[in-house]
Amino acid sequence: MTSLYDELGGAVAIDAAVDIFYRKVMADAKLAPYFDDVDMERQAAKQKAFLTMVTGGPANYSGRDMRRAHAHLVAEGIDDSHFDAVVGHLAGTLKELGVDDAKIARVGAVAESVRNDVLGRSPAV
Amino acid sequence: MTGRIRRGSLDLVLEPGETALEGLLRGGAAVPSSCRAGACQACMLRAVSGDPGPAAQQGLAPALREQGWFLPCMSRPTGELVIQEGPPPAIGASIADVTEVGPAIVRVRLEPDEDLSYRPGQYVQLIQGEHVRAYSLASSPAEGRALELHVRVHRLGRMSRWLAAAAPGTRVGLRGPAGACFYTEGRPDQPLLLVGTGTGLAPLRAIVRDARRRGHTGPIALVHGARDTAGFYLVDELQGMVDGTGNFRYVRCAMSGETSEDVEIGDLGAVTQRLFPSLKGWRVFLCGSPDRVNALKKQCFLRGAGLKDISADAFLTAEMPPPVRSARGP
Repeated sequence: MTSLYDELGGAVAIDAAVDIFYRKVMADAKLAPYFDDVDMERQAAKQKAFLTMVTGGPANYSGRDMRRAHAHLVAEGIDDSHFDAVVGHLAGTLKELGVDDAKIARVGAVAESVRNDVLGRSPAV
Repeated sequence: MTGRIRRGSLDLVLEPGETALEGLLRGGAAVPSSCRAGACQACMLRAVSGDPGPAAQQGLAPALREQGWFLPCMSRPTGELVIQEGPPPAIGASIADVTEVGPAIVRVRLEPDEDLSYRPGQYVQLIQGEHVRAYSLASSPAEGRALELHVRVHRLGRMSRWLAAAAPGTRVGLRGPAGACFYTEGRPDQPLLLVGTGTGLAPLRAIVRDARRRGHTGPIALVHGARDTAGFYLVDELQGMVDGTGNFRYVRCAMSGETSEDVEIGDLGAVTQRLFPSLKGWRVFLCGSPDRVNALKKQCFLRGAGLKDISADAFLTAEMPPPVRSARGP
């Protein structure tokens, strides 16, 4: 099966998606404070890796990476509501790019698979 | 065809299907890497000659691509690829003249011993004894070999005070160029916004002149911020570039003082936002203190400019006391 990553147009399309996604996240008052002091290029590179992963592209992104990368945010109190907000912006980004609802749901399911890693919880059984 | 990579003393022939990164690691080079899929950019290196291939430069800013930066994890060169190792060597230069152009701001003209190949807006490192400081170039190679720097003379600045007092003919070393804040061709009708504070004007002046020299046709807006109205310099030159077609707009913004026809009073970010509310499709250049530049960058991105269309050059002041840990929370 062709991945959504390829359907969207590979790396070129993901670059465009990163701008839209990152802008949505930064404009969200609930999430913005967590992005105050980050280097924007590095953050965009991470988001590119994330979008590549959830759309089924060629990325090596493991649960352990997700866990380590978000540990300091968990310590600062991020919870399910933050995770839901990010997934919401992900869906909004794909919708803006003309992706249909069934595919957005598929991407949402992949994103869902890292929820416990991001929030530093033991995996759900 | 077989790819071959060289870096320093390393010289090896790539195996079929092997990436430049895999080759470098096999040859014992210490190159950091993470995703190995062209996403994280941790392994980025600079090619001195040879072609790393288009996949290896996908997603990099045009300014970086133009200078040969590439992602070795995505590079399968079919010919010889020479990769940069270590800092480039320094060249000598003589100070030609030092002129005060504003309060505690001097313009320094340098005559390097050999032609320096650079893009207007890039910076060089000046080396004087054990002191090394970075300064942006306000000049262009198209205007001759001489280099022009704008130097803020800090009260305790070792390099800046030395430069301000230097007699013509004084020798100094320089290294560079470096930096990705410069005009790139390809979209001549794209609107340009340049915002800088203090001597951040130096690279912006160079970029505006370079864009016009290269036939840029889109509108160009330059916003210069200063603490007070006495802090503006090069005013006559920049006003002289406004030609009535509306294609070049020059705005001065001071934090305090009297408003006049082309001087805005207020916070630089707020003024810029009011004058340029939407930046979708714009190319943006930002130069100045790191805090200011980062805030403007975020603001311009939220106003619609693409992240790869924003070039920022943050000036660090070496003479400042050690940074105090910010007490501000996330």
